[in-house]
Amino acid sequence: MSNRQLDSLSHSEMLEKIRSEISSGVGKKIAHESAERHVNGEAIYIDDRLEFPNQLHLYPVLSEVAHGLIKNIELQQCSALAGVERVFVAADIPGDADIGPVLPGDPLLADEKVQYVGQVIAVVAASSMEIARRGASLVKVEIEELPAILDVVQAHALQHYVMDPHRHSIGNAEAALAKAPNKLSGELHIGGQEHFYLETQICSTVPTEEGGMLVFASTQHPSEVQKLVAQVIDVPLNKVMVDMRRMGGGFGGKETQAAQPACLAALVSKLTGKPCKMRLSRELDMRMTGKRHPFVVQFEVGFTDQGLLAGLKLDLLADCGYSPDLSGSIVDRAMFHSDNAYYLGNADITGYRCKTHRASNTAYRGFGGPQGMVAIENIMDQIAGSLQLDPLSVRKLNYYGIDERNITHYGQTVTGNLLAEMTAELEQSCEYSARRQQIALFNRQQPVMKKGLALTPVKFGISFTATFLNQAGALVHIYTDGSIHLNHGGTEMGQGLNTKVAQIVAEEFQVDIDNIYMSATNTDKVPNTSPTAASSGADLNGKAAQNAARIIKARLLEFAAKEYQLPVEQITFVNNHVKLADRVISFTQLVQQAYFAQVSLSSTGFYRTPKIFYDRDAASGTPFYYYSFGMACSEVIIDTLTGEYKVLRTDILHDVGDSLNPRIDIGQVEGGFIQGMGWMTTEELVWSDTGKLLTSNPMSYKIPAITDIPNDFRVKLLENRKNPEDTVFHSKAVGEPPFMLAISVWCALKDALSSIADYKHQPVLNSPATPEAVLWAVQKMRKQSADDHCEH
Amino acid sequence: MIEFLLHNDRVQLQDINPNTTVLQYLREHRQLTGTKEGCASGDCGACTVVIAQLDEQNQLCYQSINACITLISALDGKQLISVEDLQQQQQLHSAQQAMVDCDGSQCGFCTPGFVMSLFALQKNCSSYDKHKVQQALAGNLCRCTGYRAIDRAAAQALNDKVVDHFDPLVSSTSKELREIKSSAADGSHAALNYQQQLSHIPKDVASLAQLLIDYPQATLIAGGTDLAVEITQRAAQFSHLISVQQVSQLQEYRITDRHIEIGAALSLHQCQQLLAPYFSDFSELLERFASLQIRNQGTLGGNIANASPIGDAPPALIALDATLVLRLGADSREVAVADFFLDYRKTALQPSEFIEKILIPLPVQALDSQWALKIYKVTKRFDDDISAICAANFVRLNNRGEVVAIRLAYGGMAAVAKRASNTEASLLGQIWSHANIEKAVTCLSKDFQPLSDFRASSDYRLLVAENLLRKLYIETQHMSAGSSQPAPSQSIQTRISDYV
Repeated sequence: MSNRQLDSLSHSEMLEKIRSEISSGVGKKIAHESAERHVNGEAIYIDDRLEFPNQLHLYPVLSEVAHGLIKNIELQQCSALAGVERVFVAADIPGDADIGPVLPGDPLLADEKVQYVGQVIAVVAASSMEIARRGASLVKVEIEELPAILDVVQAHALQHYVMDPHRHSIGNAEAALAKAPNKLSGELHIGGQEHFYLETQICSTVPTEEGGMLVFASTQHPSEVQKLVAQVIDVPLNKVMVDMRRMGGGFGGKETQAAQPACLAALVSKLTGKPCKMRLSRELDMRMTGKRHPFVVQFEVGFTDQGLLAGLKLDLLADCGYSPDLSGSIVDRAMFHSDNAYYLGNADITGYRCKTHRASNTAYRGFGGPQGMVAIENIMDQIAGSLQLDPLSVRKLNYYGIDERNITHYGQTVTGNLLAEMTAELEQSCEYSARRQQIALFNRQQPVMKKGLALTPVKFGISFTATFLNQAGALVHIYTDGSIHLNHGGTEMGQGLNTKVAQIVAEEFQVDIDNIYMSATNTDKVPNTSPTAASSGADLNGKAAQNAARIIKARLLEFAAKEYQLPVEQITFVNNHVKLADRVISFTQLVQQAYFAQVSLSSTGFYRTPKIFYDRDAASGTPFYYYSFGMACSEVIIDTLTGEYKVLRTDILHDVGDSLNPRIDIGQVEGGFIQGMGWMTTEELVWSDTGKLLTSNPMSYKIPAITDIPNDFRVKLLENRKNPEDTVFHSKAVGEPPFMLAISVWCALKDALSSIADYKHQPVLNSPATPEAVLWAVQKMRKQSADDHCEH
Repeated sequence: MIEFLLHNDRVQLQDINPNTTVLQYLREHRQLTGTKEGCASGDCGACTVVIAQLDEQNQLCYQSINACITLISALDGKQLISVEDLQQQQQLHSAQQAMVDCDGSQCGFCTPGFVMSLFALQKNCSSYDKHKVQQALAGNLCRCTGYRAIDRAAAQALNDKVVDHFDPLVSSTSKELREIKSSAADGSHAALNYQQQLSHIPKDVASLAQLLIDYPQATLIAGGTDLAVEITQRAAQFSHLISVQQVSQLQEYRITDRHIEIGAALSLHQCQQLLAPYFSDFSELLERFASLQIRNQGTLGGNIANASPIGDAPPALIALDATLVLRLGADSREVAVADFFLDYRKTALQPSEFIEKILIPLPVQALDSQWALKIYKVTKRFDDDISAICAANFVRLNNRGEVVAIRLAYGGMAAVAKRASNTEASLLGQIWSHANIEKAVTCLSKDFQPLSDFRASSDYRLLVAENLLRKLYIETQHMSAGSSQPAPSQSIQTRISDYV
């Protein structure tokens, strides 16, 4: 209901109104702000924008070679094709030709050499996408091939890195390992992951006056697109405006990877003076853009007879692809999460950023964290297997303590630890021990099908580990009819950020959310923003918007106090009204009165996360403002003749502090879990021997479908646990942590496998655990079981 | 000319490139951008729209299809419903409202496709049924929600179904479609003609046969779910298409006491429903064959003629000893499916010849023998995934437990779907026993040297083929005479599909 209608209420009606509260404030279960427009097709994505009559469409020419020197590019035939405007190569770039986000290394168009199959060498601009595509097929590139490195272990052996290795050390791992009563070592391969946002990378550009550029980009990082476009077309940042209403999914894949199509479109717009659009087909998107980093983990672990960690040496070999991109921070985060929920004691964790001739791997939900966690969860299973203990008991034994055993390998004290408490709650509600027995019985009776069960924890650090990124801005206007316009620096990719931030502002002013309008995220509304990443969107932008709202609210209070001669304490905002002692006026009335009294009704807001710091040289500090916790228990069944499997049941208990919006948070938990499950099961990236991605479309790359979700899927948010830190309404970040709950599925598959050899051995099961990977593990377990029987 | 209803408006088209997809038509020609492109290969469902057409009983039926790989000519005589048509005035359709109420959208990009699949499901299903929901939605990928919210939305959409604005229009829409049909030309002239790119839509088998003789270079198109991918993914342009979609004889089926006779252009979804009472494993295979959108559009004849080494229908048809009726002009001939595939994507079809019918013999029920048909499809993802290996096995045992007939047909193991002849030979006439199966298993490597690709390695394919023979035995050992083994359903679990 709008305030305009409320103005017509009588005073007694207003008095009645303020007995109830707004229905759309913080903590309320309201739908996504765009839900109605999603379902009726009115939500506009960039490709839905009306095209200009002279708009050009771009299509890239890609390298077919993983590593080589460009000898010649033949453009003649392409340029001659009717409808082709022009073909552009590196030499055409007026400004900076490198679009590396942190360090250089990502040429916008390959110059002199190519470093992966799929690297863009030229871009064709034509009157339609079909013509541009035909044109691109006519460009002939001559490349002299050089030896390519396509294997991360080989790259590591050659010290072929994109950045130097980095180490976290605590205690003395070497000495502890030497005297540990039990030792294990091993290697685990963890696959990458295609983001598979449903909307592929896209950008459209319109040249503006004075050489500027209006950029509509599907990006998680408008400010970086602004900066890179400005550098490429050689204008100052103030000439470039980036507009981003919504993405059709991001998941990290549009943090840096959105910049290339945007910069190419801007380049062509700059050089032709025409509007441009670059939309990648699914195949192009999958070939050109980076993915989650594949890792190889090498470990040596010592432990007591009870299964307590005694010493750990862990090497994380990350396949970064050909350039640094964000690999510095991603591998750091993998290292930061190699403890997951466990006190490591004496440990050396080393991260290697290996350079291979593949697309540059990039941010993906969890940002290295999942790979680090998989490494330690695998070790937990290995320890349990070698001691023939239930893996859950080993996990619980190694949990961080509350007052002791609570220092991480990077020196941060773990506070607000909910591990033991949440484990106990989930273990009971999912009937872990009863089901363990039922499963053991089933497995004894069934020769072909085997069931497995696993309960695994998640502890995830919240904050950008590059500390300066932990800042945000917002802009709030109140217009004279009482309606509110809100902008913030975050981007909406489906996660419900705009809904949450609007709820926060609604809560501050105690007005309904319908009264708040959010237009596109725009670099000329809120400048110098951080990417919407690291799960930080609501934490940072929510606080900034709250801050802006509070500034205006303070002005309104000050005005009202003066106007109505009341102490500020007697003025309260309630349900679209303002209570002035025993008088009530509508919010709109107060706004109008303030306007006539020349009070500013617009403000920016700013926020930076307190407390955190990290000394990378010392590899120590408090990089995280707080931790988020989660627990999942999954039960699976496998077919030991084919390796096929199904998740039968998953129970989740997840901590979001005081939820800003439980409906949206549940959606994040469920969606994150299923995405994580895909990563660990059916999503397999396969490359040819020459470095060409073979799984470059949804025909060959299989993300979960509706049939793959657990038959019984019980998801709960932990109740009545405020974030102890002063976050926005004591909520917690929710974007990434649930992704890692899916490790429980992989551990359950291993549990089912270990039943084949009477739980006497732990299988090695690389990720993704495709049916083929599971079947080979079955074969190994059968062999071990047969060997056991021979020995007896 | 083609004529169809776009929502409720009659549209006539002639001067349009026949290679245009329905998605391009909606987005680029009509500026109806609610329907999205997620993959342009029929794998993600973001482009799902609904086609309403008259069935053989002249009833209006609603089917979801992938607009991205449906060519414009497929709309002839039908009603096209896209997401823009569901909302009336400011009122969301119940399928839309359910998605809002249950948080079925996050980024929203896949959402119009889900809404359309849900809408079609509402029209075809009276109340919530988990299996039917999975069938309807397995071809719609969502990367954000994890599907549980969408499943809840499906429950609401089905259980709280209300009369929508399509219901009162059923008879008038049917009438319009009949009018369009009756006013349509006979199909001898090109329906679409654009810069020398032609599309013919003949109405009967004789005209089809004649057109293929008149234009031997033309491309025959049935559902087009593979052919259109050539256009969208490999930039192919077909200069002359001849479509079988309006040839009603090719969509007929007949069940005699000896055969199931299926017109080559019967959709895979209709085939599944037709075969379910006779061959439950074949029906289950067809359910996992592809998404419902594809199965509504794709045809059994098309899948056979396409001759993919990983097509799922050929192994099943070979195991059932099915025969094809091929037609060239006025002449017909029969070829066993097993003899139809000559080499990789090469078939016995002569130029201008086409598949008219598929004849599936009904296994003889006899007192002195028992038979079983067991089909296994092994994939990375359960639904909507191409087989790493598909094994279709027919076995008949006499009362002494001896194998009197056996056909073990495999897809994904060679350049064509084919039988494991050495393995079969080792079992024929032998007692159906564990020991003989283990002997037979060793023959499989003589029959097949499968390839390694991104779906599976050669070693995996061979091991699974061996294991599927073992599984076949476990599932059929109770058939052996004198066996004390109870039926498999009472003892040994063997199928993941029982847990889906």
